[in-house]
Amino acid sequence: MDFGGINPAVLIASLMVASVPIMLAAIGELVVEKAGVLNLGIEGMMIMGAVCGFIAAVETGSPVMGFVGGAIGAAGLALIFALLTQVLLANQVATGLALTLFGLGLSSLLGQGYVGIKPPPTGVVPFGPLRDIPGVGRVLFSHDPMVYLSIAVVAAVWLVLKYSRTGLILRAVGESAEAAHALGYKVTRIRIAAILFGGAMAGLGGAYVSLVRVPQWTDGITAGAGWIALAIVVFASWKPWRILIGAYLFGGITVLQLNLQAAGARIPVEYLSMSPYLITILVLVLISSGKGRAAATAPAALGQNFHAAR
Amino acid sequence: MLRLEKRPSPSRFWQTATPVLAVALTIVAGGVMFAMLGKDPVAAIRTIFWDPLFSPQFAAYSRPQLLVKAGPLILIAIGLSLGFRAGIWNIGAEGQYIIGAICGAAVGLAFYPANLWFIFPLMVLAGALGGWAWAMIPAILKTRFNTSEILVSLLLVYVAQALLASMALGRLRNPEGGGFPGSRNLSNWDASANLELIPGTGMHWGVVAAFVAVIAAYVLLQRHILGFQIKLAGQAPRAARFAGVHPSRLVVLCMGLSGGLAGLAGLFEVAGPAGQISIDFGSGYGFTAIIVAFLGRLNPIGILLAGLLMALTYIGGELAQFMLGLPSAAIQAFQGMLLFFLLAVDLLSNYRIRLIRREVA
Amino acid sequence: MNRRTLMATAALGLGLAFGSMATAQPMDKVKACFVYVGPIGDGGWTFQHHQGLLAVEAAYGDKVETAYQENVPEGADAERVLTQMALSGCNIIFTTSFGYMDATNAVAAKFPNVKFEHATGYKREAPNVSIYNARFYEGRAVTGHIAGRMTKSGKIGYIGSFPIPEVIQGINATYIHAKKANPDVTISVVWAYTWFDPAKEADAAKALIEQGVDVIVQHTDSTAPLAEAAKTPGVIGFGQASDMSEYKPSPRVSAIVDNWAPYYVKRVGAVLDGTWESVDSWEGIASGEVGIGDITDAVPADVKAEAEALRDAIAAGTYHPFTGPLTKQDGSAWLAEGQTAPDGDLLGMNFYLEGISGEIPK
Repeated sequence: MDFGGINPAVLIASLMVASVPIMLAAIGELVVEKAGVLNLGIEGMMIMGAVCGFIAAVETGSPVMGFVGGAIGAAGLALIFALLTQVLLANQVATGLALTLFGLGLSSLLGQGYVGIKPPPTGVVPFGPLRDIPGVGRVLFSHDPMVYLSIAVVAAVWLVLKYSRTGLILRAVGESAEAAHALGYKVTRIRIAAILFGGAMAGLGGAYVSLVRVPQWTDGITAGAGWIALAIVVFASWKPWRILIGAYLFGGITVLQLNLQAAGARIPVEYLSMSPYLITILVLVLISSGKGRAAATAPAALGQNFHAAR
Repeated sequence: MLRLEKRPSPSRFWQTATPVLAVALTIVAGGVMFAMLGKDPVAAIRTIFWDPLFSPQFAAYSRPQLLVKAGPLILIAIGLSLGFRAGIWNIGAEGQYIIGAICGAAVGLAFYPANLWFIFPLMVLAGALGGWAWAMIPAILKTRFNTSEILVSLLLVYVAQALLASMALGRLRNPEGGGFPGSRNLSNWDASANLELIPGTGMHWGVVAAFVAVIAAYVLLQRHILGFQIKLAGQAPRAARFAGVHPSRLVVLCMGLSGGLAGLAGLFEVAGPAGQISIDFGSGYGFTAIIVAFLGRLNPIGILLAGLLMALTYIGGELAQFMLGLPSAAIQAFQGMLLFFLLAVDLLSNYRIRLIRREVA
Repeated sequence: MNRRTLMATAALGLGLAFGSMATAQPMDKVKACFVYVGPIGDGGWTFQHHQGLLAVEAAYGDKVETAYQENVPEGADAERVLTQMALSGCNIIFTTSFGYMDATNAVAAKFPNVKFEHATGYKREAPNVSIYNARFYEGRAVTGHIAGRMTKSGKIGYIGSFPIPEVIQGINATYIHAKKANPDVTISVVWAYTWFDPAKEADAAKALIEQGVDVIVQHTDSTAPLAEAAKTPGVIGFGQASDMSEYKPSPRVSAIVDNWAPYYVKRVGAVLDGTWESVDSWEGIASGEVGIGDITDAVPADVKAEAEALRDAIAAGTYHPFTGPLTKQDGSAWLAEGQTAPDGDLLGMNFYLEGISGEIPK
């Protein structure tokens, strides 16, 4: 059944695909922020992931190597951020912005010989007859592996943060680095590990854009997705499952707007494209002012550098 | 092994030496990058840094252009630096810049085609108010609801860009423009044009405003109680509260000031060098200004110099592109490297490096 | 004085010193410069202009020196780049985007001995400014015919960039020729509000395909819609601006190719032999500016023959894509039987033709 010419199952399936890059980047950044580091360089890491992933896939002929390459490339860029903020104690906001600028420039340079080339296609996971179930089949069973992987990562992060010791230590470092250090945990090392994880996730997200979603490489192909991921982390008040909702909201609005146009409905495009951001601001306000100062869900040491005095 | 020891107070020597060191390191690293791209590194560095200032072929034109390019950067960065010093992170200057331009242009175009003396001043006012109002949104949300001003101001940049597109295509579109998006050209209309005050110097009202802002910020920080409060709030928030600094008032003031200055910069750009409201009017000055603010170490004189340096890399970069065939992305990477190196060597002014011998027993 | 004066009079003097060839004298060597709005690797609009530059080099060898700058934003930066190019000794400068219009005219006034060629604009405010464009709608007619004959679902999708006359011409031309081939055909337009944004174009194509469209026509410049079409069997599309041949034989069944080489070679040649004059050039298939890309075997032989015949008729001048009787969408008459559209109507086209549903966004 269609609503105004739009099939909801098809719409949901499309938005699941559209949300993968920002979901991956957001869950990575959530881990980083839980450890107390604010990395504004997600856009730079995503686009490095996009170009490295594209190059790796084209050179090796394998999309899997492409995704691995994307994760490694972005993690490499994140290493610069980690070194600057954790070892050299530079200001996190400025370093993150520099990372974005540098990442955009470097990715464009690396990608110069690869514009317009077709990458090896990433297949769909073969679920066989399950795909043909009307409605549900399209939504649940006809995606490529990364869609399922992204949801799995969200689940894994939730599990680790909530139930494992590693997660506890990570959160402790984010709440009070001094206390964690006094307890003997290597704050710097944990934060660097978190930053690298965040980088790898952003890289996977970026690689998804250039290998599956579009799929091609050109300058600036991520088009601001990194900034959206940042907003999603706050929208989700640093809770992993809400990342899923946030990503679907943002991915959904863009997809919905185009589908509405294609179906013939007349919506002023600019206002619709503003809406995810306005909604996020609204949510931010509600969260920060909400009952019991829910702003306390933000890691207390977010954005502050840590330097052990002894 | 090396250990970092925090200095009791930042070293004056290193504070002035670090930007110089950072530029030197960037030139070396940038040269390596250009060489890897197959371009002569010395020629590239010379084209970027030397030619715009001294080349007989270009310099008479490029030197004033440095002011034109640096003007908005400095103006916005001054406003941002005050907030940054107080720990108030206005990342949305780009949005405030755009909204200032839209408001100013809209006010001006409302009077078209009359030629009245007060149109330009009115536009300036509208631009500043537009930027101020756009910055008030994150400010009020922060003071009333404790919402992160970083995120709200950033998200509003996207909203501002969407508004810009909608204005350029709709309400502000030039009715005589052949159906293409974009407003009338404000710099071709005498009443609104923001032209060079002294021909050949590149100094339009925006550049003048930038210089005034530098001086005003310097005086504010050195002499005025507000400047003291800003510095204190950034370095010791609790002490500041005890000293009677109202955190919310400071937030509103700093955000408002930076928003107003960004809006002004937007207005001067749209009425001058850029000329019209178009879909891609927002050329990233709001974000580059953040870099300029840091490059200038949040100090007004430093920002003046940093703004000129960034402008040099832009203009020199353009020359290098068509004289040497250097890709535009290389310049972007170069600018990113400059900031990286600056942030890295900044360590030296706050920390001392010591060699520690491992003690036995 | 309505002229911006952000230029030094010293620069003017320097410019005259450098560019001081009198307009009507032949030259031994010409420096031809190009200003691009995007990267030469975009595989679309800028790529094709760059092919024009390469053709100029091939045609004149040692007699020409070329330079270019890519990714030049429209606005103040454009004016500076143009000035610097003029100062560096360029004799003819091609500015390849509509948004450079004011900058081109402003700088041309300062450098009367340098020739400026502006693409897709309409202002010629100085005798050393020329404007040029291509009749893309002629190409749309041919691809529209193929679309109408090939569509099985009867739905054609058009990814529009901005609601400007050139794009409206494209939509109208595509529709009326598709309709002639297949009276039941409908056209859905999605506005991407960009000339080049692969992710958005892919999403737009996807949205159209999900609505049942099986022919994608694009007015945006990346290969993303074709890549998206490739994912669904049975969906075809056309190359835009450049041939996009890596998507042959399907989904790319043909292409509209912007071929600026003949015009560029002609104009640089005019500077070389001193015959350059300001013109308003709007050529199409006939002089080679608009090319129809190789029609692949995915298209049945009879359809291919019809398309090629249509192309040849347009080239010969015996058929004009906008020939009456044609009625506007609101029911009012536009062209009478046998009447062809005057250029003025096309240049300011802001109405859909009868049969197209939906409105042009304001």
